[in-house]
Amino acid sequence: MKILVTVKRVPDPNSTIKVKPDGSGIVTEGLKYVINPFDEIAIEEGLRIKERLAGTEVVLASIGEKAAQEQLRTGLAMGADRAVLILADGALDSLAVARILQKVVENEKPDLVLMGKQAIDDDSNQAGQMLAELLGWPQATFASKVELDSGQNRVTVVREVDGGLETVRMPLPAIITADLRLNEPRYASLPGIMKARKKELKEIPLAELGVDANPKLKLLRVDPPPKRQAGRKVSSVQELVHLLHTEAKVI
Amino acid sequence: MGDVLVFAEHQRGKFPKTTLVAIHASKEAAAKIGGGCCAALLGAGIDALAHELAEYGLKVYAVDDPALEHYVADAYAAALGQLAKEKGASLVLATATAVGKDLMPRVAVRLGAGMASDVIAIEGPNTYKRPMWAGNAVATVQLEGDIQVVTVRGTAFDAAKKDGKGSIEKATVNIDASARKMQFVEFAETKSDRPVLTEASIVVSGGRGLKSAENFTKVLEPLVDVLGAAMGATRAAVDAGYVPNDLQVGQTGKVVAPELYIAVGISGAIQHLAGMKDSKVIVAINKDEEAPIFQVADYGLVADLFKAVPELTEEIRKLKQA
Repeated sequence: MKILVTVKRVPDPNSTIKVKPDGSGIVTEGLKYVINPFDEIAIEEGLRIKERLAGTEVVLASIGEKAAQEQLRTGLAMGADRAVLILADGALDSLAVARILQKVVENEKPDLVLMGKQAIDDDSNQAGQMLAELLGWPQATFASKVELDSGQNRVTVVREVDGGLETVRMPLPAIITADLRLNEPRYASLPGIMKARKKELKEIPLAELGVDANPKLKLLRVDPPPKRQAGRKVSSVQELVHLLHTEAKVI
Repeated sequence: MGDVLVFAEHQRGKFPKTTLVAIHASKEAAAKIGGGCCAALLGAGIDALAHELAEYGLKVYAVDDPALEHYVADAYAAALGQLAKEKGASLVLATATAVGKDLMPRVAVRLGAGMASDVIAIEGPNTYKRPMWAGNAVATVQLEGDIQVVTVRGTAFDAAKKDGKGSIEKATVNIDASARKMQFVEFAETKSDRPVLTEASIVVSGGRGLKSAENFTKVLEPLVDVLGAAMGATRAAVDAGYVPNDLQVGQTGKVVAPELYIAVGISGAIQHLAGMKDSKVIVAINKDEEAPIFQVADYGLVADLFKAVPELTEEIRKLKQA
């Protein structure tokens, strides 16, 4: 079985994001970058399938600047087999990303594509679903449990939806996007990091893929969110209840 | 310009509030673009729903098809995409619920459209505001092309009211075999007598400070129930296994904006604030007075939650009995 896992380089979720004064974007100086946390969960799921099914290959794919090598190496150190980096420096929207990934899928021919449910920078939550539609594949987003059947031609997925858990079944090939509780990603081990240096990391310039990657969504400007004023501290539960009742009038 | 087509999501025979929000946002968009507003209702056995929907003053396209009995992304995308094309829609809109998020990107591909997610303001034709980086920035984005797809944030628009007499047109679609691969197996509802998190006027949320699943039940739930509130949690509390993920409030969970939000044992990580900072009144109870949650709280109580919360529950009970 062949599994493709997508990996996005994003600012560390714990870092402080500041908007540039000219509104052209965010301040990137001094930002630390990591694998998008949901993609890390997708990698882990791929590795767990590989551990159960002998002969499974886990291939990572990323799109972006050369620096994304760093995140791919981390994924290889976790245990993935090899990686592909599509070098692109312009702005891409989710549709462009999905079109590029469609080409990667056509080249790699995986049985399963695992992705994070959303990237924590754009927060769009679109690329997986768009890729599925472009390929004419079924999808299971927000996955919290993935079970391949013994014949490896169908997969049953439990999804985190509003008000409960939904189970869907679909034939392979398919797209699955990972939610928070699918698994807990492993850390790369030292031997893993050593091995990762020798694993294949192929770079392909975007132009070589012949994809229409012009974004239909354009970022005009960014502004800081309206700031909420800190209120006051109260000294007791009684005072809090009194204020909520008489001043805020919410209870 | 063509019309705005709103996807009317229904759950177990009802329209949730999020659908009414989508209707309201669609009418607002139609007014700004200068087109009409119509609704796509997909499902099996949906006559009653179609009549209810029409009362919002919409032209309802009802697609009643056994293949649409349960929501699945591939068949629904095929149906909605086809309907949008046939009816010449210029904007297809839904609320960013689990279904909206799952479905609309596929519809966008079907239509060759660009898509903006989680929109909080419609600025004009083609131009929208949406949060990025966990709400640390508000982006103004533009969609190019004659047809666009948008999901709106459920807390950013009012709910539509029944205000007119609409009409119903039965429509049919051809769902090709390639869009019939997904099979719905079952839905396990999280049973609760409490209000739905995204619809409640009061939300009480717990964080890692609660320390265990047991404390959520013993310490937090009595407060939740005396207030008739919905219960929420932080990602950290979900991660630690204290509560199910559908209670998660934050960037990667649900976005809420109730009248009153009480944050208990929550430090105020960026990703949590992204899901609740538009609440009208925020109360924070935390023993660490430096916790970032106090920077967004209207009323902050620096206290040990294990003492303060039972006391608060009791005080509110007294108040309600008085």
